[in-house]
Amino acid sequence: MKTTRGSGDLGFRVFTGAFALLLLAIVTGIGVVLYHESVLSIHQFGFKFWVTDIWDPVSGEFGARPFIWGTLYSSLLALLVSAPISLGVATYLSELCPPQFRQPLIFLTELLAAIPSIVYGIWGMFVLVPLVRRLELATPESLRGFPLFSGPPIGLGMLSAALILAVMITPFISSLAREVLKQVPRMQREGAYALGATRWEAIRVALAYGRTGIVGAIMLGLGRALGETMAVTMVIGNTPKIAASLFAPQYTMSAVIANEFTEATGDLHRHALIEIGLVLFIITLVVNALSRLLIWNMNRRTVAKGKPKAEPAVVGAPA
Amino acid sequence: MTALRPVAWRAWRRRITSRIAVALCALSVIVALIPLGFILFFVVSKGILALNWNFFTKMPVPVGETGGGMANAIVGTLMMSGLGALLAIPIGIISGVYMSEYAGSRLASAVRFAADTLNGVPSIVIGVFVYGIAVVPFKQFTMLAGGLALGIMMIPIIARTTEELLKLVPNTLREGALALGATRGRAVLSVVLPAALPGIITGVLLALARIAGETAPLLFTSLNNSFWNVIPTQPTASLTVQIYAYAQSAYEDWHRQAWAGALVLVAIVLLCSILARAATRRLERMSLGS
Repeated sequence: MKTTRGSGDLGFRVFTGAFALLLLAIVTGIGVVLYHESVLSIHQFGFKFWVTDIWDPVSGEFGARPFIWGTLYSSLLALLVSAPISLGVATYLSELCPPQFRQPLIFLTELLAAIPSIVYGIWGMFVLVPLVRRLELATPESLRGFPLFSGPPIGLGMLSAALILAVMITPFISSLAREVLKQVPRMQREGAYALGATRWEAIRVALAYGRTGIVGAIMLGLGRALGETMAVTMVIGNTPKIAASLFAPQYTMSAVIANEFTEATGDLHRHALIEIGLVLFIITLVVNALSRLLIWNMNRRTVAKGKPKAEPAVVGAPA
Repeated sequence: MTALRPVAWRAWRRRITSRIAVALCALSVIVALIPLGFILFFVVSKGILALNWNFFTKMPVPVGETGGGMANAIVGTLMMSGLGALLAIPIGIISGVYMSEYAGSRLASAVRFAADTLNGVPSIVIGVFVYGIAVVPFKQFTMLAGGLALGIMMIPIIARTTEELLKLVPNTLREGALALGATRGRAVLSVVLPAALPGIITGVLLALARIAGETAPLLFTSLNNSFWNVIPTQPTASLTVQIYAYAQSAYEDWHRQAWAGALVLVAIVLLCSILARAATRRLERMSLGS
């Protein structure tokens, strides 16, 4: 379409290309620097680092399993709450909403995405945690016996963290899923209606058509939740102990970095923290790459069917 | 079995299912927006109590004394966001130009992927990275390191926005400039970029809104500072890190200040978002006109 090679302005291409390369350099640089700054811990502990439960800076013993557990558990719980709600929001806003309400509602959901993490954190600490504590205290004794509800009812813990994460990623997932639904050709819905489908049945056709993209959107949300730091640090209770309980205070990878980094007792401690950062980087890299692939795949299929449409929206900047 | 059921019953069931599903979708919008109301209510009602002129003009006071403000932290946040923007605007826009003008090239796809990846990198990881490249070598937490961390977070947002917007500029404009004998660089600089400018400003504002509220990348780059500092090579306070420190403390007065800080932060973010919307609206009108 574009006359890309027409003018042959090589200098311009090289100049802008050099800046573009910088982006690649930063991403590679993150991996290299994080590896370089964590060699001590990588060499000392090897794979054991990831399967050991003891985290004791004083005696110089470092095992990261509780943090991995906390990060995965809190993110998956958040996803469990957020995914259905996000899909509901996306469906309502793109398929059902009366036109005059659409823009205001989209603006409000985007506002939710724009609120800084630290504000979620302070709200979580002073408002959500006391509420969760009340809920925990109100849990009947008969339920407290189950591992899911055991532990001290202090409010700070997995449940608060998962809830706040769910609130934070919902606008993110729903905005991406809305983009996906926008790409579903009209014909899909009209075909369904023509066959006598009800409104919901037509929507299901659209959702099914966009399922790869929707899975991609949910995974991007997962990526967000995995790396979220401040809000989680302020409500999860920061206790490096693996527990299935929703009420137990736990810890995440990002939270331990935020809490201990500036007070690291020595090089080994700092390197251990950076190694956690390195793995967090790799995990989010993989999750992001996979979800991009899914969304991209979905777009390509749509384009192949004759509906010209550009790339997915810029992520992070509310679309 | 189903074949035996009366048709009317089946139609009724399908209609009811549809109604219920639609209602659930509407309900999820309400559920998603409840926290927004809840958060804004608390931030405004608690923040307004501690927010006064002193908050903007006074320095933090030691524990035990009441009063004081976050003047140094506000200036720190503004300066570091400015430094970040200074770094990210040229890099972001120029790499965005590359991605859009040479969209088909392999490097463009790689850079697009890198930009999206960088966007998904947790901010705390960016903080650790900048600690490695800008704090370790100089053995000093600095404002510059904080600005660098924020800038790195802004780059992918600005780059992708620029790319998307340049793609929206009608190709005829580009071709017109080229037909008049302009080089590719001249065509972009004098014709394509100006046409997309309001949208690019939107991207910059959205990026600013996002990084102004960032805490994690500053924790171990600019650290914190209880004193006035505008020297780029010194540790610097920021609104977000200060809110974090105050919220974690045990003092009622500091909690109040933290809420006030949260209110100021939300106001900044809101302002940027609204400005960004205004800019977008202008762009939409323009492209409809052309």
